[in-house]
Amino acid sequence: MSDASPRLDIATAPFLHRGLDTRRLMLEVLLSLAPVVVAAAWFFGVGALLIVAASSAGAVATEWVFHRGHRGHRGLGSLADGSALLTGVLLALTLPPSVPIWMAFAGGVVGVALGKTIWGGLGQNLFNPALVGRAFLQAAFPAALTTWTAPGQGFLDVASSTVAAPFAHGAVDVTTTATPLGMAKFEGKLTALAPMLFGNTGGSLGETSALILVLCGLYLLARRAFDWRLPASTLLTVAVVAEAMHWLDPQHNPGALFMLLSGGLMFGAVFMVTDPVTTPITPRGAWIYGLGVGVLVVLIRLYGGLPEGVMYAILLMNGATPLINRVTQPRRYGG
Amino acid sequence: MRSSLATAGAATFRHGVHPEELKDATAKLPVERMPFVGEYVLPLSQHTGAPAVPIVVPGQRVARGQRVATAKGFISTALHAPVTGTVAAIEPRYHPSGTRQPAIVIRTDPFSSQRIETEPPPPPDSMTADDVVRAVQDAGLVGLGGAAFPTHVKLKVPEGKRARFAILNGCECEPYLTCDHRVMVERAHDVVEGLRIIMRRVGAERGYVGVEVNKPDAIAALEAVANGDGVEVVPLKVKYPQGAEKMLIEAIFKKEVPSGKLPLDVEMVVNNVGTAAALSDLFRTGQPLIERVVTVTGTGVRRPANVLVPIGTPLRDLLEFCGGLSADTRQVILGGPMMGQAQKSLDAPIVKGTSGVLAFTEPVPLVREEACIRCGRCLEACPMILNPSRLAAMVRKEDVDGLRGLNILDCFECASCSFSCPSHIPLVQLMRVGKAIVRQAAKK
Repeated sequence: MSDASPRLDIATAPFLHRGLDTRRLMLEVLLSLAPVVVAAAWFFGVGALLIVAASSAGAVATEWVFHRGHRGHRGLGSLADGSALLTGVLLALTLPPSVPIWMAFAGGVVGVALGKTIWGGLGQNLFNPALVGRAFLQAAFPAALTTWTAPGQGFLDVASSTVAAPFAHGAVDVTTTATPLGMAKFEGKLTALAPMLFGNTGGSLGETSALILVLCGLYLLARRAFDWRLPASTLLTVAVVAEAMHWLDPQHNPGALFMLLSGGLMFGAVFMVTDPVTTPITPRGAWIYGLGVGVLVVLIRLYGGLPEGVMYAILLMNGATPLINRVTQPRRYGG
Repeated sequence: MRSSLATAGAATFRHGVHPEELKDATAKLPVERMPFVGEYVLPLSQHTGAPAVPIVVPGQRVARGQRVATAKGFISTALHAPVTGTVAAIEPRYHPSGTRQPAIVIRTDPFSSQRIETEPPPPPDSMTADDVVRAVQDAGLVGLGGAAFPTHVKLKVPEGKRARFAILNGCECEPYLTCDHRVMVERAHDVVEGLRIIMRRVGAERGYVGVEVNKPDAIAALEAVANGDGVEVVPLKVKYPQGAEKMLIEAIFKKEVPSGKLPLDVEMVVNNVGTAAALSDLFRTGQPLIERVVTVTGTGVRRPANVLVPIGTPLRDLLEFCGGLSADTRQVILGGPMMGQAQKSLDAPIVKGTSGVLAFTEPVPLVREEACIRCGRCLEACPMILNPSRLAAMVRKEDVDGLRGLNILDCFECASCSFSCPSHIPLVQLMRVGKAIVRQAAKK
């Protein structure tokens, strides 16, 4: 060996890393959404894919416009982290099957613009961007957002409303139905558990098959992609509160199993409640957050004007997150 | 008998991380003694506390084991010649910290037998408490786990305090390192003997050796010699940083050492297993701390090994003894990969606190910091239950009150937060800055 030292790199410890990075986490979630998208197409036809594409295009285009200067991989700007695409796909899966694709696109734009970029980009936003997009659409186009296509009407048939020109009042030319929650609320009829489990019911694109969603959740859990406390606390709370309400008034209040399997709860619990950015960072905070979401979901479903309350429950608890973080700071070690 | 059953439920602390262990290259290699080289460099500051004060002058002849610098005050310790030779200089030299610091340079006498001619002190039981403490300070003993805290300080139990339990740290939770492992396997008797000396000195009722279960041979060797009389080997779960003092106590006793306090405040003393072996050397043969076991490993080392190295050996010579660095080596680290120090120069010497020399052919990866996504992985990693995400943001704003309020000074820089951050935020680096800001503000 020569006397001269080799040219050595200097850095500070640690020199090891767990290897998990933000981009991989986002890809992991996107990957787990693939079966949900396939199921949506299976039940509601190829129109579902158009909606997913439109919403994603809106989200990605908006991210590109606002953050293209951001340093990122291979000139992709902040698109490289995959979060904008994720927002677009998530939003699409919360929309009704016959929603016009221009609305889906607009939802993607608003979700990223008002849900994320004006807060300062990834990690800075208070509210879940996908749900901001959906809340906007629900407020702006209440009719389109509450028209539910019945599943299983020809794979290649695309509802004319789906491809309607912006602001044109395209007639809904497909058979519509009520969601299980709508039927329970307005007609007092409970849907059988099997269709809710497998997905053969009315509802938003991604929410109808509880079984697929549970499997996605288990996959993400196994990959340690989210904090398990968040969905656990949410689902547990819904089960307990729903069962208690059912016990008080079995005539009007459906039991825990129906509440867990119906509507957007399972989708929300697996993909929205688990968003790290808009949920508490502390372990105790995660329990409180899920508790809040669970209670609000049941209360809105039973006493609100709308049959479903997952979106508002999550958005409300998003708003409470900084406060929850503040009151759940870890205690002092040994103190 | 603690067997696989006890292992399954092995004790541990909360939180922490699971880096790859990466110990296979050296875990089974017996310790080999390194031959003497031409020159040794003894930085005056290689322990926690005040630097030692030289008591030799350039040109003076010194014998192996002879004291060449003396402690300055109580929190300080002595230095000894690792070889028989001549003091060549007392001048600034490269230090593992990356700076140049005053050091005693000793040139080896090539014709000396290098026999140590020290006399063992009287048996510790026949000496007064203060004499034992002084003997240990005069022998230059420090914690060999890495922090190099003077051992004699831990052996002096202040008035009004007591130490009911003496604990030896045999966790060696840093990846790659196997020096403690080898000492436990090869010198189990000396390790337990050292523990008994500590127990008698501080008046402890019971002694414990905490060992992670990935070292079953060490556990077996220690159990074979511990046989009763108040010494227990405790198998611990493999988790980083299990070997941090507070984590070790939490694992064994389910008890938290309060913020800003020492183990002695909960009636315990903790020492490294290598330190215990050195303590038994001292009272058996009189040998002061002039050598230690160092693990040399990593992709850049041609012949990984556990080496008994004289303190002061230049890094270059040790690496050469291990077959030399491979030509494409890009990083050399002293210590473990979680808390060690990168080296710029191979002129830096092995010091008392050096547990490992790691060389890697991989360059330091250039990873870009991404936005914090508030995933909370750092909170679940931090053994001191801090909130590194929040603290990092406060450091950037220089929010001294906020940092103090969230107990930043409890951070001992184990780097579990940086290790687990998916956004590659330099959390522990920011924590170091934050601690400095808070300490500086306190001085004003």
